[in-house]
Amino acid sequence: MEPATRTQNPVVTGTSVLGIKYKDGIMLAADTLASYGSLARFRDVERLIKVGNTTIIGASGDISDFQYITHLLEKILIKESNTEDGHQLYARHIHEYLGRLMYGRRSKHNPLWNSMVVGGIRDGEGGTFLGFVDLQGTTYEAPTIATGYGAYIAQPILRKAVEGREDTLTEEEAEKVLEDCMRVLFYRDARSINKIQIAKVNASGISISDPRFLDTEWAFAEGIRGYGATD
Amino acid sequence: MQMYEEQKSSCPVKVPVECRFSPYTDNGGTTLAIAGDDFCVIAGDTRQSEGYSINSRYAPKVYQLSNGSVLATGGMYADGVTLVKMIEQRLEWYRHAHDKQMSSGALAQMLSTILYHKRMFPYYVWNTLGGLDEDGKGAVYSYDPVGSYEKQKWNCSGSAGHLIQPFLDNQIGFTHQKEKAPLTLERVVQVTKDAFTSATERDIYTGDNLEMFLVTQNGIEKTRVELKKD
Amino acid sequence: MEAVKQGSASVGLRSKTHVVILGLKRSPGELASYQKKLMRIDDHMGIAIAGLMSDARVLSTYMRSEAMKSKLMFDRPLPIYRIVAAIGDKAQVNTQRYGRRPYGVGLLVAGYDDAGPHLFECAPSGNFFDYYAVAIGARSQSAKTYLEKHFESFADASVEELITHGLRALRDTLQQDKELDINNCSIGIVGKGVKYHTIDGEGIQKYLDLLGDGNAAPAAATTATAGAEDTGAVPMDTD
Repeated sequence: MEPATRTQNPVVTGTSVLGIKYKDGIMLAADTLASYGSLARFRDVERLIKVGNTTIIGASGDISDFQYITHLLEKILIKESNTEDGHQLYARHIHEYLGRLMYGRRSKHNPLWNSMVVGGIRDGEGGTFLGFVDLQGTTYEAPTIATGYGAYIAQPILRKAVEGREDTLTEEEAEKVLEDCMRVLFYRDARSINKIQIAKVNASGISISDPRFLDTEWAFAEGIRGYGATD
Repeated sequence: MQMYEEQKSSCPVKVPVECRFSPYTDNGGTTLAIAGDDFCVIAGDTRQSEGYSINSRYAPKVYQLSNGSVLATGGMYADGVTLVKMIEQRLEWYRHAHDKQMSSGALAQMLSTILYHKRMFPYYVWNTLGGLDEDGKGAVYSYDPVGSYEKQKWNCSGSAGHLIQPFLDNQIGFTHQKEKAPLTLERVVQVTKDAFTSATERDIYTGDNLEMFLVTQNGIEKTRVELKKD
Repeated sequence: MEAVKQGSASVGLRSKTHVVILGLKRSPGELASYQKKLMRIDDHMGIAIAGLMSDARVLSTYMRSEAMKSKLMFDRPLPIYRIVAAIGDKAQVNTQRYGRRPYGVGLLVAGYDDAGPHLFECAPSGNFFDYYAVAIGARSQSAKTYLEKHFESFADASVEELITHGLRALRDTLQQDKELDINNCSIGIVGKGVKYHTIDGEGIQKYLDLLGDGNAAPAAATTATAGAEDTGAVPMDTD
């Protein structure tokens, strides 16, 4: 008998997603690269999405699985808004749903190969929410979150900038630290690209920036053997 | 079978770095429970780890259940969350059916059954259940992931379980000691704090915060103490 | 619809923050216990019934499992409107399909969620309505008359006042020679910061005392069969 074939590895993948809390809300960052193995296959895939009016999600891992998840979320949100009973799904509820979804799939040995960061307004009482879900159904909340390589490279920088300052960190400071981290990731993560997006949730709603290029410094390369220096 | 091979080789990416999917992960953490004559203390640290990374400094894994018992989970966090949700549903149905809360003894047996029903694909969780029994005495039950359980006076499991358990044997059970100090709530709380601050020094998976549930006849008090964050 | 009218009355009323439901309990005879009129669905929701108890149990089981699903999937208490609409859909199908019969039970659904307090009536037809105050079951028209006269004061009423109004409305559904006592009624309360809970037996006495006119004595033995005679021989027992 032929073994059941299920997703045993990701195919087209996105790399790190970063998320932090700041004074006015939540900010996420991700680049726009979708890799096919080591090939930089698609260079402008948007991995930050808006879910309803209070939640944003950033996904790393398999892009097709993420698009499927996006589809599921759209479905439940349409159902939700059709009831017109004054209730809505906030970030906390979306996070719980994704946690159950991912855990359910892993329990069938057929995972959705993603790590996701969920940010937004916590619930009807207000407050902010920043949470994580992965392919094993692992969930947690934290003031700073980084998936993939970001967990090793960006997380220490983010924690230093944010921990204990969640209520004072300004939007400009938050954006700068995220951009700095994305730059470091671009320098060190071979599956990254210098084109990023930043998404915010605050009192004025959700905004997801257009993809933009990072400023990077390569002059030093001239002094490195193999790049310019000859000796 | 042949088709399977073909599908595999049609992928141009040689030797994927990701290995085969594992449904399990270990999120570390330590839990502890001590039963007194008329009280029970259940505690756990709040760090969630994965490999050498700290996921969160505050991801509580000790849960106050709706029947007044407290369940401490350790091991795989997602399995723990799922297990607690399962238990809460069973407690709710029990309440609907019998118009009363399930006793801690009944819950202890039920938890064993729930775990054993997943014997072939276990919940990767080490549970410690604490509360008061029907006579108001402190009760602690500890479990392995497949439902083997035992009623105890004190227990410590999880990533620093092997560090703390002998310390409890000495300080709560007074093994190899002539003098036995009375087991008051204050002393148990102090022993718990000492156990966790020390374990935090030696175990990388334990730290950040200590969350304690003090169960007495008057209800449940939840307290939090900071642990070292390194 | 007839089964609902034959069941003993249930009354519900709400303020800006709380909902109270009350049920008039019947006993088939001195040797029997009183039928249950109120059921807990979740911490934020309870129901009062009038009609066939067996049908009510089917519906309450459905409501309870839906409430649990909501907690499991979204970690959120089930919005009241949604479960009421879902019951309406279930009930409507029964009126339309060959070989089925409508549910023989009317429900009052009391709940508190993010959108505030709610009091719904669910009819076997599949219709449901959101009320400030409502009564269903035998002689519920008398209770409605009372509620219509007083409902404008309910919005700012305290829980205690709601209960007193509720008991007065419930009392109006009784036969001439009958009185409310601690055995023949029960009260369910839910609201802002208050989990759904019921008051039964001795706990009701202090509210009966507040009525202040002839409800002081528990008089368990004398009214044990309250409301039993009037139904006569009904094909199916209703409560």
